[in-house]
Amino acid sequence: MSVIPTEVMKKAHRKLAEYHYELRPVERGYANRTLYINLSDLTIKEKPVTEEMKRTFTGGRGFALWLLWNAVKDDTRWNDPENELIIANGPLCGILSYPGTGKSTVVTISPLTNLVIDSNVGGMVGPYLKGAGFDALEIQGKADRDVIIVIDGDTGTITIEEAPLEEPYSHLMARELTEMYAKNEADMRNVAVVAAGIGAEHSRYGILNFSWYDLRRKEVRYKQAARGGTGTVFRDKRLKGIVVRKSGWSAKSNNAAKPELIRKASQRITREIAELDDKQNQMRRVGTPYLVGIMNDYDLLPVHNYQYGSHPEAHKISKEVWKALFTQGVPDGCHYGCALACSHAVDHFHLRTGPFKGQAVLVDGPEYENAAGLGANLGIFDPIAILELNFYCDTYGVDTISFGVSMAFAMECYQRGILNRERTGGLDLTWGNAEAVLEVLHQLARGEGFGRIVGQGVRWMKQFFAETYAADPQLLNDIGMEVKGLEFSFYVTKESLAQQGGYAIANKGPQHDEAWLIFMDMVNNQIPTFEDKAEALHYFPMWRTWFSLHGLCKLPWNDIEPADNALQPEPHKVPEHVENYCWLYEGMTGIPVTGDDLILQSEKVYNFQRVFNIRRGSGRRANDYPPYRAMGPVTVEEYESRRKRYDKQLKEEIGVDPAGLSTEEKMRILREHRMKRYEQLLDAVYERRGWTKDGIPTLETLKRLGIDYPDVVRVVQQALGEEGKN
Amino acid sequence: MGKIRVNDKFEVDWKPGMTIRDIIKALNFTFPMLVVTVNGKVIPKDEWDTYQVGENDNVRILHMIAGG
Repeated sequence: MSVIPTEVMKKAHRKLAEYHYELRPVERGYANRTLYINLSDLTIKEKPVTEEMKRTFTGGRGFALWLLWNAVKDDTRWNDPENELIIANGPLCGILSYPGTGKSTVVTISPLTNLVIDSNVGGMVGPYLKGAGFDALEIQGKADRDVIIVIDGDTGTITIEEAPLEEPYSHLMARELTEMYAKNEADMRNVAVVAAGIGAEHSRYGILNFSWYDLRRKEVRYKQAARGGTGTVFRDKRLKGIVVRKSGWSAKSNNAAKPELIRKASQRITREIAELDDKQNQMRRVGTPYLVGIMNDYDLLPVHNYQYGSHPEAHKISKEVWKALFTQGVPDGCHYGCALACSHAVDHFHLRTGPFKGQAVLVDGPEYENAAGLGANLGIFDPIAILELNFYCDTYGVDTISFGVSMAFAMECYQRGILNRERTGGLDLTWGNAEAVLEVLHQLARGEGFGRIVGQGVRWMKQFFAETYAADPQLLNDIGMEVKGLEFSFYVTKESLAQQGGYAIANKGPQHDEAWLIFMDMVNNQIPTFEDKAEALHYFPMWRTWFSLHGLCKLPWNDIEPADNALQPEPHKVPEHVENYCWLYEGMTGIPVTGDDLILQSEKVYNFQRVFNIRRGSGRRANDYPPYRAMGPVTVEEYESRRKRYDKQLKEEIGVDPAGLSTEEKMRILREHRMKRYEQLLDAVYERRGWTKDGIPTLETLKRLGIDYPDVVRVVQQALGEEGKN
Repeated sequence: MGKIRVNDKFEVDWKPGMTIRDIIKALNFTFPMLVVTVNGKVIPKDEWDTYQVGENDNVRILHMIAGG
């Protein structure tokens, strides 16, 4: 609980700007305008959404990318005032009767990558922002003091307010602001908040927390726009919070063209979830942590900085443990009405460390990524420690994935003698030392000590350790799990060439929301040829991109499946659910579509984002390589842990008899072979996508997709010219 | 002893009377949502303990896993 009463905090607010606008109904999923706020000069204005924007960029991430493209220069840095933080929903956001329809996408230039990051997030901010009248919120400039933005969709009023007293911890601030801007307890459900935290000020991977009011628990909860440092940009602009309120948002509020189609899809999937979820992944009881045990069984669970794929203690942090810890029997959707309801929490968790030591709190999570990344990958198999790390990452406003990977990198450096207690400020970073990891996180939040170093991310640490401690840069590059500056999410990809590509080619960096092909590739062997892999690496990234154009969660697409899905052609696409989404789109907009039409929507935005990367000095073949730890064994121990498998591959795939060869020699041969195969993969993927050998979308591709705008063409022409010289 | 090739990738030692369940256990395929075909024909789950696989059968065990 806050020390300062909410009413005292509110009294300390000083209004710096106010804007009144006309409230208008949403039409067929679109509010048809975006909101622009400049924190430097306190401008607040509306911008129209054009038919051209809808045709080319659809909404959500597409709108946000277009707005950012037009706002920044080629060399705008993440902490320049002209960088923008953009929150966009999408035409299918806020349907509510269909699961997973509350998402927003946050887009900005990332402090980690210097490229554009897009990060999707649940909660009710997305629907309420649309209900308030806006398809996107665009924030530019920097305030000269800590401020909040309040968007009141009931009165049509926007204010920028100085907010000096709110606490820099998300779990407090989200509650404070919700109480402050709700009329009473019953009204709390009509308020949603965006908040960061103190850790976002001292790391490159700060997050944004997007809230909703849990009616049963009477608690304010939040999900995260976690990847890429969105919270760091937020705090750099001296934003403390954003409040959006909208009363009366319902399934009808989108004013859909053919609501009967939306009802049809919603009823079908709701019935499916009710009948089948318990027999499938138990999303309603466990959520994504169901994956921990499975990944461990298939040698895919990252352990000790992705050195290994399984651990004998993994059962201590697997499905049944979390099921027992989560409060059961409460509707755990991160938007009102979600039938998949997988956003679980541990109530009354007593903290053992940090500024809230001794207090009982609600811990939202963990999701799979947190269990793997704050757990197994650090050698931690204590669920209580994972919950404490989860809580503090969230309230400090720190990405659990980037923190987890940065910590794992530091711990391996400690294992290998690059770091020692002197260099860590006395901390013993032995695998499994949860106490030390917690201390690093607390230091990071305060901007002190070794925590401050870990808060810079893997790419920065690689350079720092090489320069400061004369560490071998080759080793650091091999074990530093980042691409384009963004840390990997938590799957071991050593035996899946397709997933290596899925991670490394991804526009934003190695986040699996573009593709998750490990089982199709490695276990099912459904994509054996390069062409098969390239086709999968075309379809699935495009399909998954589609969700972010519309304000949708991907989980209802394939974390639940129809009973007869396995018998359908191309079951991994879950064709009945693709049909559901076609119904949703036509139901909302009135425009009939096929699955191919949806893919085309994504292709436009995806390729535009690739060109945006090129504009920022990346986005080419040289930027699409994973570290070798993601491709094969870096160390002798790794090779020996899978010796039978690797020796067999040497013999059967490469034609080399391993007998008599040293492990180092075998590793060298294997590495050469895998690198060559990766190059072949890139060639196949680029060709399939309509890109050059350097990974640049061709002019024909731009034209085909209708994104051949003059300045887009300029960027590509310049890049093609340079390609010709190389 | 013969071998059974699963998913055109994994090899399991075959013996007469081997069932689908035996193959799943041998490969440690613990994921609950599996689809099994033998020579292109889907074998329902309730037959996995009794359906016997021949030495040269083409066995596919697909994991209908979403993930990520």
